[in-house]
Amino acid sequence: MNELRLDLRAVADWIRPSSRVLDLGCGDGSLLRYLFETREVTGYGLEIDPINVAECVHNRVNVIQSDLDAGLSEFDDDSFDYVVMTQTLQAVRYPDWLLGEMLRVGREGIVTFPNFGHWRLRLYLALRGRMPMSGALHHTWYNTPNIHLCTIKDFEALCERKNIEILERVVLDQSRYERRRSGVLPNLLGEVALYRFQRGAGASM
Amino acid sequence: MDNPFPADSVGLVEPQREAFDKPLALDCGRTLDAYELVFETYGTLNAERSNAVLVCHALSGSHHAAGYHDNGDRKPGWWEACIGPGKPIDTNRFFVVCVNNLGGCHGSTGPSSTNPETGEPYGPDFPIVTVADWVRSHARLADRLGIDAWAAVIGGSLGGMQAIQWAIDFPDRVRHVVAIAAAPRLSAQNIAFNEVARQAIRSDPDFADGRYQALGAIPRRGLMLARMLGHITYLSDEAMRAKFGRDLRKGKDDFNFNYDVEFEVESYLRHQGRTFVEHFDANTYLLMTKALDYFDPAAQYDDDLSTALEGVSARFLVVSFTSDWRFPPSRSREIVRALLDGNKNVSYAEVEANEGHDAFLKPITHYFSVFSAYMDRVATEVRA
Repeated sequence: MNELRLDLRAVADWIRPSSRVLDLGCGDGSLLRYLFETREVTGYGLEIDPINVAECVHNRVNVIQSDLDAGLSEFDDDSFDYVVMTQTLQAVRYPDWLLGEMLRVGREGIVTFPNFGHWRLRLYLALRGRMPMSGALHHTWYNTPNIHLCTIKDFEALCERKNIEILERVVLDQSRYERRRSGVLPNLLGEVALYRFQRGAGASM
Repeated sequence: MDNPFPADSVGLVEPQREAFDKPLALDCGRTLDAYELVFETYGTLNAERSNAVLVCHALSGSHHAAGYHDNGDRKPGWWEACIGPGKPIDTNRFFVVCVNNLGGCHGSTGPSSTNPETGEPYGPDFPIVTVADWVRSHARLADRLGIDAWAAVIGGSLGGMQAIQWAIDFPDRVRHVVAIAAAPRLSAQNIAFNEVARQAIRSDPDFADGRYQALGAIPRRGLMLARMLGHITYLSDEAMRAKFGRDLRKGKDDFNFNYDVEFEVESYLRHQGRTFVEHFDANTYLLMTKALDYFDPAAQYDDDLSTALEGVSARFLVVSFTSDWRFPPSRSREIVRALLDGNKNVSYAEVEANEGHDAFLKPITHYFSVFSAYMDRVATEVRA
């Protein structure tokens, strides 16, 4: 098996052994397979791309081919310990609603997304006057699947509004493969943001 | 002699027959005192007897799922696309068994067999059999073949339903289920189509209340109509448009203004109906549609499918096709949802395909890549 993507490794570190995980947009199933093999985690992946679905089956991952924009109606409330969504939040049609769905079916949510507030993207737009592109965001504006890009500040504001309690935040600098200390200008220096969160007190999802 | 068959075919195959004289109690309350099952096998059973796969046929299928019956045979078995060396159900790794269901007309005991009590064909006196009856009878065949547990039970449409029934009734004997283009039970619309097909057959004067065989007659018109109707439900609107459109038959450029065959689609349906009549029995058709109508494993569990599947230990692959309007993806999702509710191991693929219900018989890329990947996993698990 290939080396697990950096953000996936960080996500895996957050997941307790023997828990139940739902992975939204699970790709080829790498994270789930890693979790089964190393932490006896059980669960399912949801994936829309047919090639990835076959890869998941090949990887012995339970995969349900489905469209996240249609929601998680197939899953009951509180049926998972974690609902994970890596690098997919920015590509769904209703990210705010899906965050609510994640915390309806899961006790905790974990998301990772490319931080649009990273200094290089800001500089790209400021200097070139064109939609920023980078390693994590390599699509042109007209054919990108990333229709809801946001910054760390945007995400945290949304959580505040939806009464989502952030439990942990990690910011990664993908180009240098190191974990940044969260305190120092994360929105400027973090290329990829990782969050672990739960329903805020009194919230209903 | 040169092998006249494609390299990825199982080639020449011969049907086998097993007779059973232990009475089989049926769901309808009646008992079959003795019966025979006709089946074919492909590949080799390994020493551990762990690599056996049961393929279940659909409404009009038979035990002849793959290969050819003689050197001049132009038409291979009905699932030739899927079964053979290097195919999704790889006969280099698996020992594949396909049985003609009881009530069938391809050799297993059915309405056209002789009723030992009368010496005449059973005809309409053959008991109505259910999917669960088939499973019970096939379990006895498995005993006879020395197969304690199937590596997988696989089927499309009615065959997929049978695979699900296997997992429910014999949880210890099924490691994997592959249910393709199936449904947890028929909808009112599905039953309605079946009823029209049955009425077409039963209202044919040649049907003679089902005793046509004794009279040397065949209810051709009724069975042909039933098959034509069935075919419409197997194809999608897109597939029909692509295949026939509004094309007139060859050599025609204008309407006749009468009721002869004019459009290609009419010609196709009549051809399908006519050829079907030559190799299928009307009483069997009636029985098969009833088995479909009655299939409803959730019924005994307050209509809760997840409760019905609670005791299942098999892992599942469920596959549906986007243009299948007979058993659309939403029906497969009901199965998936029930399995998810019970924390069962399940994978689900919703294949983009224009071919309608018939897609399960076609070598569609995404379908086959998922199916092959799954079967590869099964083979590794059972050390096939």
